[in-house]
Amino acid sequence: MRVGVVTFPGSNCDADARYASEYTNALFDAQGQVFRVWHKDSQLPADLDLVILPGGFSYGDYLRTGAIARFSPIMEQVIQFANGGGYVMGICNGFQILCECGLLPGALIRNTNLRFVCKDVYLRTERTDTAFTCSLASDTPTRLLRIPIAHGEGRYTAPPEMLDELEGNNQVLFRYVDASGQLTPQANPNGSERNIAGIINKTGNVMGMMPHPERAIESAIGSDDGAVVFTSLAQTIASGSQLITSES
Amino acid sequence: MKHYLAQVTITLRTSILDVQGKTVEHALHALHMPSMSNVRIGKHIQINVHAPDAETAKEQVETACMKLLANPIMEDYSVTITELAGAMA
Repeated sequence: MRVGVVTFPGSNCDADARYASEYTNALFDAQGQVFRVWHKDSQLPADLDLVILPGGFSYGDYLRTGAIARFSPIMEQVIQFANGGGYVMGICNGFQILCECGLLPGALIRNTNLRFVCKDVYLRTERTDTAFTCSLASDTPTRLLRIPIAHGEGRYTAPPEMLDELEGNNQVLFRYVDASGQLTPQANPNGSERNIAGIINKTGNVMGMMPHPERAIESAIGSDDGAVVFTSLAQTIASGSQLITSES
Repeated sequence: MKHYLAQVTITLRTSILDVQGKTVEHALHALHMPSMSNVRIGKHIQINVHAPDAETAKEQVETACMKLLANPIMEDYSVTITELAGAMA
């Protein structure tokens, strides 16, 4: 797959996102390429399949997380790319930027415990019919992923009617659960509404998540559960299929 | 044209739990100030605005709030405008 990873001033997971993409390409698409994209660029590389907005602290989180990055010159292109059906994934700060620019609904605010939380969490994958999760078998315990989080502002919030709409449209992709897959308040590391860890847009091509799948792609560093996201995208893109969900 | 000082106050929407405010409220109660409640912590932004009148200055700052300074999904904002002395004609 042809992947563009955007670097903003203050991004610190861009190299990991490129590495995870290259690692995935080595397994699934030898012709694939991964590009560095600078926030001031006015064009995305040609024929991209996927744009990744990586984690970090773009613009020092000034004003609000993602609020300034959202106005970077490249973001106009990213929004256009997404609206044209291109796959866009925002991880951590990338998720915050996607919410700020309106490609995803809701917002991310200070964790309820007011602390920066850095640890492995368990995620329940709510859907396996998306471009970001399709390599998971739908009926097995592997729907449970152990992936690290590292954020101070990851509490997903939205007005109740917006949350109901998200649920109604099946747009919640990942929820924080305990090791047995149970949705409990204790398993929620940041106070997110309804234990939401990741969501997808209505058309299924834009996804944002607070946990870091790019930091969990090799078992040698603790977990390779995050590889599912990259593998799913690689397989979807290689097959040329459009796993676009209908607005149910 | 005149010079105005815009003071913008941004707080989390009342429907959203303000954990910092809650923590400070508990601390106030611990300091034997039980009469205080509903502490909300937010941001204060000051901006100098060059505009023909106060109403226009306020409109401009409110536009800035909607576009950048506040996120209406999670925040409320209020704007007060004061004319600065020594305004240029």
